[in-house]
Amino acid sequence: MSDQEWPLWEVFIRSKQGLSHKHVGSLRASDAQLAVENARDVYTRRSEGISIWVVASNNVFASDAAEADAFYDPANSKVYRHPTFYDIPDGISHM
Amino acid sequence: MIPSSHALLESNFQSKIDNEIKIEPKDWMPDDYRQTLIRQISQHAHSEIVGMLPEGNWITRAPNLRRKAVLLAKVQDEAGHGLYLYSATETLGADREQLIDDLHEGRAKYSSIFNYPTLSWADMGAIGWLVDGAAIMNQVPLCRCSYGPYARAMVRVCKEESFHQRQGFEIMMSLANGSPAQKEMAQDALNRFWWPALMMFGPNDATSKHTAQSMKWKIKRHTNDELRQQFVDATVPQAELIGLTVPDPNIVWNDETKHYETSPINWDEFWQVVNGNGPCNKERVAARKEAKENGTWVRDAAMAYAKKRSALVTE
Repeated sequence: MSDQEWPLWEVFIRSKQGLSHKHVGSLRASDAQLAVENARDVYTRRSEGISIWVVASNNVFASDAAEADAFYDPANSKVYRHPTFYDIPDGISHM
Repeated sequence: MIPSSHALLESNFQSKIDNEIKIEPKDWMPDDYRQTLIRQISQHAHSEIVGMLPEGNWITRAPNLRRKAVLLAKVQDEAGHGLYLYSATETLGADREQLIDDLHEGRAKYSSIFNYPTLSWADMGAIGWLVDGAAIMNQVPLCRCSYGPYARAMVRVCKEESFHQRQGFEIMMSLANGSPAQKEMAQDALNRFWWPALMMFGPNDATSKHTAQSMKWKIKRHTNDELRQQFVDATVPQAELIGLTVPDPNIVWNDETKHYETSPINWDEFWQVVNGNGPCNKERVAARKEAKENGTWVRDAAMAYAKKRSALVTE
């Protein structure tokens, strides 16, 4: 029996130049280099990517799902941050 | 936790589901929902991995290089699908190694179809056409499953599997258009895989113990019988088109219901195979155990190398 399970990595892929890396899933690998190679085999078998990031899953610090309502509440009342809040007369263009 | 706040969490959860809002890993969920998903997704993962064995059996004997490359690509896809699914179980807090041990110790199930042997090359055709065809019927609605990571894994799986069924049908079509002996081989494979493929959809609705709750939670979108009927309706004309006959003397089109009617399924056979007494159950699990045991030194060596290198970097 093996004494230790390989660590878990989160995989991010840039599908083409000009787009940001996007989370696609996770996998297990003994180190970062093998995680990148496994990610190539698992997540880009049909040319889905041109660049891969892997991040050890235990290094991801996430916001608390249970506190989401309160955490994001400050933005809810600030509709004036959106352009549709403002009345502009018809006939005004380039705005 | 006080009961009233638990009830509130539960009703918030159900209203998210009712409003088609996906559940994500860190969200509160009832323990039964979590356990049901772990059971279903891990069975699904095991099926992908065990499912590599009947097809792996024919890679070295594929009739030409094109067929061999295609079969290799298909089996490699199944490995990837198993991995997406094990990853999805880990988002629910399951221990992957534990799940795999459960399979190896006979505590976990996988699709009963993979306990049938692959006796001829035509079985590669029948598996792609019927087994992957049935799996796709099951998996397409799972792309809308209420649990986000499972739904996302299914989107990838369905995208990749669309070639699996086509390549199987192509094999069957080539054989059916070949010599009389080749046509006979195709018919024989259809005869052996037809009923097990119908059984893949699981027990009849009346006896399926998980269906009602899974539908309320939107893990499942259709009942076993609905999906099975959909599969029969799609597949019978495909067989006719290539001159093969579905091995059911009672199959008949009902013009009122717009569905095919079939003979009853032999559920005794289904339960025998599910409970470990199919033709290849022992062989399949033994092959998985052997693969894991024989790979231990590789995994350990990779881990030892990684530790050594990180020690060098920190020095």
